[in-house]
Amino acid sequence: MSTLSFSLDPSAAQTTPSQRTQYPIVTGTSVVGLKYKGGVMLAADTLCSYGSMAKYKDARRIRTVGTNTIIGASGEYSDFQSIMDTLEGHTQDDVNYDDGHKSDAKSIHSYLRAIMYQRRSKMNPLWNDLVIAGSGFLGYVDKIGTTYEDDFIATGFGSYLAIPILRSKWRPDLTEGEARALLEDCLRVLFYRDCRALNRIQIAKVAEGETGVVSEPYELETNWEGAGFESTKGGMEGDGGW
Amino acid sequence: MFRNQYDTDVTVWSPEGRLLQVEYAMESVKQGSACVGLRSSNYVVIGALKRSVNEMSSHQKKIMEIDSHMGIAIAGLTADARSLAKWMRNECLNHKYVYGESMPSKRLCDDLADRHQRTTQTYVRRPYGVGLLVGAYDEATGPHLYQTCPSGNVYEYFATSIGARSQSAKTYLEKHYEGFDNTEKDELIMHALRALSGCVQGDGELNKDNGSIAVVGKDQKFILIENDELSVYLDKLDVEGGNGEGEGEGGNDGDAMEES
Repeated sequence: MSTLSFSLDPSAAQTTPSQRTQYPIVTGTSVVGLKYKGGVMLAADTLCSYGSMAKYKDARRIRTVGTNTIIGASGEYSDFQSIMDTLEGHTQDDVNYDDGHKSDAKSIHSYLRAIMYQRRSKMNPLWNDLVIAGSGFLGYVDKIGTTYEDDFIATGFGSYLAIPILRSKWRPDLTEGEARALLEDCLRVLFYRDCRALNRIQIAKVAEGETGVVSEPYELETNWEGAGFESTKGGMEGDGGW
Repeated sequence: MFRNQYDTDVTVWSPEGRLLQVEYAMESVKQGSACVGLRSSNYVVIGALKRSVNEMSSHQKKIMEIDSHMGIAIAGLTADARSLAKWMRNECLNHKYVYGESMPSKRLCDDLADRHQRTTQTYVRRPYGVGLLVGAYDEATGPHLYQTCPSGNVYEYFATSIGARSQSAKTYLEKHYEGFDNTEKDELIMHALRALSGCVQGDGELNKDNGSIAVVGKDQKFILIENDELSVYLDKLDVEGGNGEGEGEGGNDGDAMEES
């Protein structure tokens, strides 16, 4: 970090040189998504953390793009807001062209890939891992422009804790209720084990032939009585610390 | 058409409210050899009569692929057409790279029209002296056929033709276009050839050297049908007895050096 010097003489003013993203400040944690029998669904909690502080507990990390796509973001929240501005402009371009063409999830996924990879190549990334979902499509783009598509996807801690659950329980013919329950289970486990997670969540879906919808946030039921949460540190009371 | 003092600059209006330079550019298109285009609910077929300077030379290429879902047939200044084709190909590739999908054809043609228009409103350039028939198939909206003009107008058509003696083709297409929607691919090609055969000069006939057809559509990437592959269709045409019925205008074909 270079130093600022201040002088009343404007001709002697100095500014810091332009800098690049080094680390994120306000961050969201996991996003989990899956395909089910009638469409696709995304889920995420409504927390944005300020380091270790649970600062913003009503952050909306899943949003609709146009009518037929939903996107969930983890990582730096301000970069997600910037991405949403860009995508909303892109959606408006479609309207302005007035040629009947509407961007679908697949093309938005590819568009984001191009943007994320370009920023990475300039060593100034948008610090997000994104999940894009739409009719028959579920894709991932991360801060360095990696992409993949799959039947279920998770970012952050979700890739460690939710994916094994999904691998075990996912089927291609899940009903909407089953899909919802499966996502809630994943986010519940994440709340138990991810220090930067919250039990207040949103679920968004794009059902076949319908527009994307994001639910209002709601709280997950949790149960801390389980034996797994009892700590037995050498028979001492407490957690082994002092 | 009046030759007068208002026709040397594209930025000068004539007293009748016309841009004569643009109209002269459109004359250039009319001098090029004929192109036809037609579509059904699943396919677009474009066809062209290839001109050759003399017996020793090759026939000028008239149809160019833009992308796997789009191609053009050209009439007028070939060099201008190649410049436009290069731009169109670039746009299609860029779109595919960024959005992972084929360029929507109407969008490209609107931008193409803007490109044409710009040349009609600036001092230092001249209008493009070429007309294009753009045939494309969009996954979302189906097959499309567009005609571009040096003036910057771009219109969509069910069927149309441009170039020398194209009125014969237009008449044929007007008579038959209402049935095109449900026409099969091969029959659509035959329609194109029948329309084209009316545009041949004098005693000439449509043959595998001077005929050129391209098809694009549902489950059909853009494909050029020429020479021996075209013979299959031309033979059918001969059986029908539909070949060699040119308008018989005879005479000069215009400046065949630059134009095709």
